[in-house]
Amino acid sequence: MQSRELVIIGAGPAGLSAAVEARRLGIKDVLVIDREPEPGGILKQCIHTGFGLHVFNEELTGPEYAERFIREAENLGVEIMLDTMVIELSADKRIVAVNNREGLMEIQAKAIILAMGCRERTRGAINIPGFRPAGIFTAGTAQRFVNIEGYMPGREIVILGSGDIGLIMARRLTLEGAKVKCVVEIMPYSNGLTRNIVQCLEDYDIPLLLKHTVVNIHGRKRVEGVTIAEVDENMKPIMSTAKFVPCDTLLLSVGLIPENELSRMAEITIDEATGGPVVNQRMETSVPGIFACGNVLHVHDLVDYVTREAELAARGAASYLADGGKKYEYVPVSTGSGLRYVLPQRINADAMTDSRQNFFMRSVRPMNKARLIIESEKGVIKSKAMRHVKPSEMISIQLGRDEVIGIKMLRFSLQEEGDGVERDG
Amino acid sequence: MSAMVNEKTVTCIICPAGCRIRVSMQGGEIASIKGNLCKRGENYAKDEVTHPTRVLTTTVRLEDGRLLPVKTARPIPKALLFDAVKELSNVVVKVPVKIGQVVYSNVAGTGVDVVATRSWK
Repeated sequence: MQSRELVIIGAGPAGLSAAVEARRLGIKDVLVIDREPEPGGILKQCIHTGFGLHVFNEELTGPEYAERFIREAENLGVEIMLDTMVIELSADKRIVAVNNREGLMEIQAKAIILAMGCRERTRGAINIPGFRPAGIFTAGTAQRFVNIEGYMPGREIVILGSGDIGLIMARRLTLEGAKVKCVVEIMPYSNGLTRNIVQCLEDYDIPLLLKHTVVNIHGRKRVEGVTIAEVDENMKPIMSTAKFVPCDTLLLSVGLIPENELSRMAEITIDEATGGPVVNQRMETSVPGIFACGNVLHVHDLVDYVTREAELAARGAASYLADGGKKYEYVPVSTGSGLRYVLPQRINADAMTDSRQNFFMRSVRPMNKARLIIESEKGVIKSKAMRHVKPSEMISIQLGRDEVIGIKMLRFSLQEEGDGVERDG
Repeated sequence: MSAMVNEKTVTCIICPAGCRIRVSMQGGEIASIKGNLCKRGENYAKDEVTHPTRVLTTTVRLEDGRLLPVKTARPIPKALLFDAVKELSNVVVKVPVKIGQVVYSNVAGTGVDVVATRSWK
């Protein structure tokens, strides 16, 4: 068994950002483990632009964003073990990993950062009836085929779900010569960023059918078409509106799931709302010394926020390695009305690694005008007017240590204000 | 003599507000811009209606068969995106490649370079 100071599981944007920050903080022994043959994670196949506006103040592509961190990690002497799968994690911070060079390895870490990312929801997760022909892919799988492997998944395409990957693929496949018939979204609003709706759909006249879903998949060997129908307010298909759309491919962009099999193995508490671990102010899970960041913690829309969160997890790991796992009391952070979740879920103001704490949250629905209210047991401690809130765009707000010191609870809520038509621009 | 009045709607992507901006055109000139909350929206709408441009990202082949992600070094006219992709489908690049390296020049006659967005050994 080998002993390591800090082991990071996953060499995507979260893992690489955490590794770089950990080395900058002076942690000497940093090992990153990844199952892929190259570091960079999903950014390698995200060849479009839109990355780095916050971190680098320029618009980079996914591979460019990844390469900056890969180079920095190399310069700082981070060890990256590739083609290696972590198959076990225990609460005493023991890792079992395997690759075809060294076989089975046991590693005892002093601290661990989980950065395993997320995976896509599949057809099975949303139970679409119909046959099971070839030609049904998740949007991310299609992205890998087109951008890394160099294969077209099909010629006539329907996309179910308006998540960002689906929108990006609508444009990508159109540019490569496919016909994207429509993007079908069950909700009354899109789950993608506005810029993607405009630049991926409107630019190419691809219809976005809101309040619609796929109710049947046709074709025995290969997809021959799908039946789509409008849904009512309970999201039940209205069968009188059903119509057949011929196509040879159906792409699914219907959500992402944080990949927490290892976390569960280590008996880390998982938040039902985020699908990721419950964490404290320094991104530490319910198991002391095990931290989490990036899409394994909650699904992000911007990689820039992943980097910031990963750096905080690295500072957390550094402070844990310095304080030797001192016990802290935590104040619960709860999610009030209007919000789907708030993260971190508990804090200790004395143990904050930074003078200001970032809180991330998502709204339950779009609101033109809203007020974010933060309360303690003594009443409202902060409120902020917000405009154009959307579930697809994460809200981030900071509280200073002085604002949270001595409180016994924190609650975040989001209240819709006015009718949203007032404009004072 | 009355010129044709033509209205175009542009969704602004400068900020999350996503204003639906209505631009009235009269005889090839912008007559009015409405629905924007700020000045940045006005400029965006003006550009979108008169000369919309986009950064193109796509892939080209390496000589060993792998794919190289690339982008145009500057935005190119939106109307030339398909021509650019077509032209780039014939490009084959020698290995190794450095990020930022120019792999093709003057794509679709735009005078804009196409650069590698990753390194390949």
